[in-house]
Amino acid sequence: MTDALIVVALLLVAGAATAAVLNRDPVRQALVLSFLGLALALLFTFLQAPDVALSQLAVGSAVTPLMILLTVRKVRRRPGDSTDKGHER
Amino acid sequence: MSARGRLWLFLVAAAAFAMVFVTACFSLPPFGSGHHPYGERAVRAALSHHTANVIASVNFDLRALDTLGEETILFAAVLGTVVLLRQTADEQRRRPAPAVVRPRVRWFALAMLPLAMLVGLYVIAHGQISPGGGFQGGVVTATALHLLYLAADYRALERVRPVPLYEIGDAAGEAAYVVTGLGALLAGSAFLANVLPLGTFATLSSGGTVILLNAAVGIEVTSGIVVLLARFLDQAVEIENADDGNDHGNDGKERV
Amino acid sequence: MTVLPYLIAGWIFLIGVYGLVTSRNLIHAVGCLAVAQSSTYVLLLGVGYRRGGTAPVFSDAPTDSRVVDPVVQALALTDIVVGATVTALLLALVVQLRKRHGTVDPDALSELKG
Repeated sequence: MTDALIVVALLLVAGAATAAVLNRDPVRQALVLSFLGLALALLFTFLQAPDVALSQLAVGSAVTPLMILLTVRKVRRRPGDSTDKGHER
Repeated sequence: MSARGRLWLFLVAAAAFAMVFVTACFSLPPFGSGHHPYGERAVRAALSHHTANVIASVNFDLRALDTLGEETILFAAVLGTVVLLRQTADEQRRRPAPAVVRPRVRWFALAMLPLAMLVGLYVIAHGQISPGGGFQGGVVTATALHLLYLAADYRALERVRPVPLYEIGDAAGEAAYVVTGLGALLAGSAFLANVLPLGTFATLSSGGTVILLNAAVGIEVTSGIVVLLARFLDQAVEIENADDGNDHGNDGKERV
Repeated sequence: MTVLPYLIAGWIFLIGVYGLVTSRNLIHAVGCLAVAQSSTYVLLLGVGYRRGGTAPVFSDAPTDSRVVDPVVQALALTDIVVGATVTALLLALVVQLRKRHGTVDPDALSELKG
């Protein structure tokens, strides 16, 4: 039973990794990377590694996609553009 | 080299790598085998030092020097990011307009924020007896702080997050690790040796120097990630170019 | 099943490097690097797994129970957090590149060519 779970988690991780690479738009890729982080955390839990799963969940699902999205926002801003500041967060 | 040339070179190299790797895979111990000599010795050593979480013992006791190296990489990466994302002379800071926040969402965030941070600090503090430790707990605490940004707006986040304090915390965490190691030297043992009393197994005071190093790494990772996110948020939300002459050869077309 | 985790790790690594090689956007390339890094975690934990073993934490288990290998878990653990901060450094570099050269397309960055 554990073996079947591990196989399913491995295939999920492989699929998510492939999807993360084949999605060329960085915003979409950030979301798929978040899902990849979740799948990896699941795999690490099945492999009896709760420490690593905790680390991966916090980092891969939150910090890395957040930084990618912030970079995309910064990079897409046209230099000298000041017209879209009305509803800033 | 053209893009097609690169792709063909990669495919040839990948085929060679795949052949060697698959052959090597069949020579590895089969998945799930019971032959882990290093692991068994590590478990015995951790238990003899009264540390219930063997991974924390491996990180901060048996292989503490490696963790010092990893922590230094983290520190250097944060340092590099701060330098790269600093505000330059041709940029200006524009305060974002405050966003409309529903009062219930704001109250929910204010209620959850101390709870989430407490969970993060709990994970750091109990690193030597249950799954957790400085690295994981540090990331959880750092992201818990940004709950305020999600639920409220950037200005609310800035009020609870004085960045200079976290920059000092980052440096202090790194220094505390090295100082603890030097303390072991002064006590007559080796650098980063476990010289404190080992305490009772599976209590908060077990493990000796694991507690101190754990806390140092926890402070460093929390502060480091808060500083990182602060710089990225600054760049994305506040800083903008004062002039529009940075469009080097772009003809006004976006090429993202 | 005896070699499946290792093969999956190899696949993830190759697909990550493929993404790096064929990327037209440096932010996408950094994401592909993160994917390639995660292949090492899968390989490490796959090597350390022991059938019938539990997590190497003895706070609630008897001290003579079978556990999986803790050393590879310790390696992967620090690796994950440090990998995230290095990703942050790379993204900061991408931001600077955009400021200086106006593009994030690696093929258009002709000034970096030898």
